[in-house]
This record gives sequence, structure tokens and C-alpha cells, in this order.
Amino acid sequence: MSLLNVFDIAGSGMSAQTVRMNTVSSNIANAESVSSNTDQTYRAREPIFKAQLQAAMSGQPFDFSAKQLDMGGGVQVQGIVESDAPLQMRYEPHHPMADDNGYVSYPNVNVVEEMANMISASRAFQTNVDVMSSAKTMMQQVLSLGR
Amino acid sequence: MAISIDKHIGLYQHALELRSQRANVLANNIANADTPGYKARDIDFQQMLKVRMGETADIVPVESTSANHFIAIPQADTITGLKYRNPTQPAIDGNTVDAQAEKTEFARNTMEYQAAFEFLNGKVKSLMSAIRGD
Repeated sequence: MSLLNVFDIAGSGMSAQTVRMNTVSSNIANAESVSSNTDQTYRAREPIFKAQLQAAMSGQPFDFSAKQLDMGGGVQVQGIVESDAPLQMRYEPHHPMADDNGYVSYPNVNVVEEMANMISASRAFQTNVDVMSSAKTMMQQVLSLGR
Repeated sequence: MAISIDKHIGLYQHALELRSQRANVLANNIANADTPGYKARDIDFQQMLKVRMGETADIVPVESTSANHFIAIPQADTITGLKYRNPTQPAIDGNTVDAQAEKTEFARNTMEYQAAFEFLNGKVKSLMSAIRGD
């Protein structure tokens, strides 16, 4: 029954958005994590999403000759990358973490961008929850066939 | 006289299955709303139902002037019925999912699924009452 796949697909969307939410909260929490060494400064992270094929999920090779169609198997988090944006160097000579020139390196986290990401992730999560609950209603209905 | 249950409930069975497959495709679009480069897809319901019911999909008639010509057969995408959506405003990362449109289609598909189910349920119920004889 292909309705069962809807649960997997919506579930993959929900977990992907959760990963995104995790990186957002990590970025915001570390927005002020300073360091005197640019190598040790926290850098903003973000997940990379990739569409997943149904065949990959079921573990069976996909048969193109059959009338079966690959409707897709949701979304997959391929990995988490660090942002290449330049770090913020602030001149704070009295800061205990200041380097020899009096600069403190702040993370390259853009808090406004992270907030926008957070709202987008929570909306997308909500939509996937709605999809799942609709699929649940549809399935429950099928179970009542003939009653 | 042979009673064919298949013929009795045939259409709604296929409709229900197609509706659930379409729910799959739409859920996949929604799940990939933030995936760069993802292209939204949908099922051509009418054509798919025709194929399922054993009718051939609409084939463009091609005149053949030689017996050696191939007969026009439906292409792969007319068999599967999976097509790409025509985006009104694609995102800069190549994603063509319009979350609102997909949500609307999903809700509509759910309602149509429920309608098909009601018809199927009615058919099954009428069979049951015929069997019981009340």
C-alpha cells in the first residue's frame, strides 16, 4: 500500500527540518563565542538537503521497464557544512581574548539570517506534520472498509 | 451468468490506488520544499486512470507509409504519468516547489480520495447486502 510511503516521506522531511533547526540553534547559541585564534572561532553551520529516490530507500534496484514509477522517497540530509563567510574581527583591545593587535574574532553567524532560517524550518516542519496526519486519516478510513 | 466483482468495483479501486500514489508524489514535493534544484512533480490522474483501466493512453496517430515503420507507442512518461510542474516563480536555487500550491493539491487529493473511498465503500456494502439477502 503506497500510503505507507507518505509516512516515510513526511517523516524524512520532519527529521531534515529538525537537523536544520539544530544547526540554527547551535549557530545562534554560539553567535558570541569569541576566540583570539581565527582557526578556533566557531563558524556558522548549515545542512545540505538532497532529494531521495524511493528505490534507494527500499534497498531494491529500481526497475525502469516496469510500470512502477519512482515517486521519490523524501529528503535526505547529505551533510553539514561550515560557512565560508569571513569572520567578524572586532577591535576590542581590553578584551581578555584579544590578540596582539587588539582584535577579537567573532563567529560569522548572521543572526537575522538564522532567525529567517528558523521560521522557514518550523513552517516546513508543520506542513510535513499536516501531511502525515492527513495520510493517517486516509489510512484509518481504508481500514473501515465495508463497515 | 458470471458475476464479476472486479467489474463492479473496478474503477474506484484504481482511483483509490492512484489517489494514494498521488498523495505520495505531493508529500514528496512538500518534503523537498527546501532542497536545492528539486523539481516538483505530479501525476496526470486522468491518463493514469485510463492506463490502469486497460485503455491505452491518448496516442498521437502517426501516418506510416511503410510496413517497416514502428507503431506509435506511448512514451515512458505517458505510461508512468509522472510529469514536472510548470513553475510560476522558480527559486534561485532551482527549486520549483510552491509550498502553498502543493498543500492545496494535497488537501484536494485527500478529499477526492475520501470521495472515491465512499463510492467504493458503497459498492462493497451493496455487495454485502446482496450476499446476506436482506
